Amino acid sequence: MNDDSVYDGLLGGDDSQWAFGTDFEDPLAGVDTTLPEGVDGAALAAYCLMLGDDALVLSHRLSEWCSNAPDLEEDIALANVALDLLGQARLLLARAAAADPSVVPVLPEGSPVPPEDALAFFRDQDAFRNVRLVEGDRGDFAVTTVRLLVASTWRLALMQRLATSRDAVLSAIAAKAVKELAYHRDHAARWVVTLGSGTEESRRRTEAALATVWPLRWELDRTHEVERTLAADGVAVDPADVAAEVDVLLDQVLAAAGLEVPEVKRTGGLGGRTGRDGVHTEALGKVLAEMQSVARAHPAGRW
Amino acid sequence: MTVRTGYADPRAVAAQVTDPEMPMLTLADLGVLRDVEVEGPGHVVVTITPTYSGCPAMATMRDDLVHALTDAGWSDVEVRVRLHPAWSTDWISDEGRRALREHGISPPGAAPRRDGPVPLNLMPTRRALTCPRCASPAVEVVSEFGPTACKASYRCTACLEPFEHVKEI
Repeated sequence: MNDDSVYDGLLGGDDSQWAFGTDFEDPLAGVDTTLPEGVDGAALAAYCLMLGDDALVLSHRLSEWCSNAPDLEEDIALANVALDLLGQARLLLARAAAADPSVVPVLPEGSPVPPEDALAFFRDQDAFRNVRLVEGDRGDFAVTTVRLLVASTWRLALMQRLATSRDAVLSAIAAKAVKELAYHRDHAARWVVTLGSGTEESRRRTEAALATVWPLRWELDRTHEVERTLAADGVAVDPADVAAEVDVLLDQVLAAAGLEVPEVKRTGGLGGRTGRDGVHTEALGKVLAEMQSVARAHPAGRW
Repeated sequence: MTVRTGYADPRAVAAQVTDPEMPMLTLADLGVLRDVEVEGPGHVVVTITPTYSGCPAMATMRDDLVHALTDAGWSDVEVRVRLHPAWSTDWISDEGRRALREHGISPPGAAPRRDGPVPLNLMPTRRALTCPRCASPAVEVVSEFGPTACKASYRCTACLEPFEHVKEI
């Protein structure tokens, strides 16, 4: 009997690290990640985690539609948007790890898991800094669409300004993200118009979606201390500076859809703290349980 | 750039590596390959600019570059990423555009140039395209999203064939 396996040698003879693949590549290989003068690495890392976690969690929620979307084209569209966001998250988490290596969870010695994966798969819920808006259940197609509209409209306006950040890595990530977010936003906006002006049922669901999503909008506009400090340094964007532009755009879309801006009560934080401080809803725990369980079962695994 | 005797010209080797998703295009034609420099005996540094943030083909492109250069005798091959400026379809060469069309894929038009806020577009993206098979301008978009992140799906209403179009970014 021949014991030779085509998989021999794939892991350099060490099969204790087997998981599902072998491919690790540093997304910032060769990129100068030196901190800009006078910038605090811990603050920059926290900021990158905010923007990276928004993208990571929204990407996960969107990818839940994979094979479940209303039609094949939409299935591909949502997967495509999710993939773009995952790519942005990967770059931002890698930037966070380079800015302050102490944010990266410590894994067993010899673990080949790269820093951005350690951040995605081995942090607990209270270390995630995404807004709560992106973590809620995917809901029906209307909820997904309205949430994508709000999240991508805000993110596009923000990334456009971030493209002039004093941090060259952040500015490059942002300039690239703008190209992608422009079609994410327009895709979501077209669907909101279609749903709002479609059938009675699609309109009813879209109104319900607005009532679900709008109470969490304010978190995007609120300036966190980290954002305030870094914005003053020319590194970050103060979300207060994009709020007006976002309002105008969302009003435009809702008007075209014949929908009213809902009057809703804000979903409160916890003693003034919100997603940006690591205060989350139960929904994020469920996302992380699904996203992280396999990685956590194989902390020394190669992927 | 100095080419040491005993090694194949690394620029020529790297320029022949093809895109894993669109193998009719070399990485040079795609505009992903930005620079090839010899930094020491057997040591070559290749600089690439990723296409889309989440493009899953990037890891394969790096691997293929390393393999091609290693096979050509370069013992120490390093692939570096250059994020700025961001990749644009404007970087696809004329030869690349010709190859795309020849293989039934509609090449991109000019990428949008933006100053200030990106205007909201609630209507389908308008493009003046011709069918890569029959050259008819009578085409309609099926979906802005296609089999890879970089393509939209179209249909020719003259010859009725579906085709892919590389989106302008």
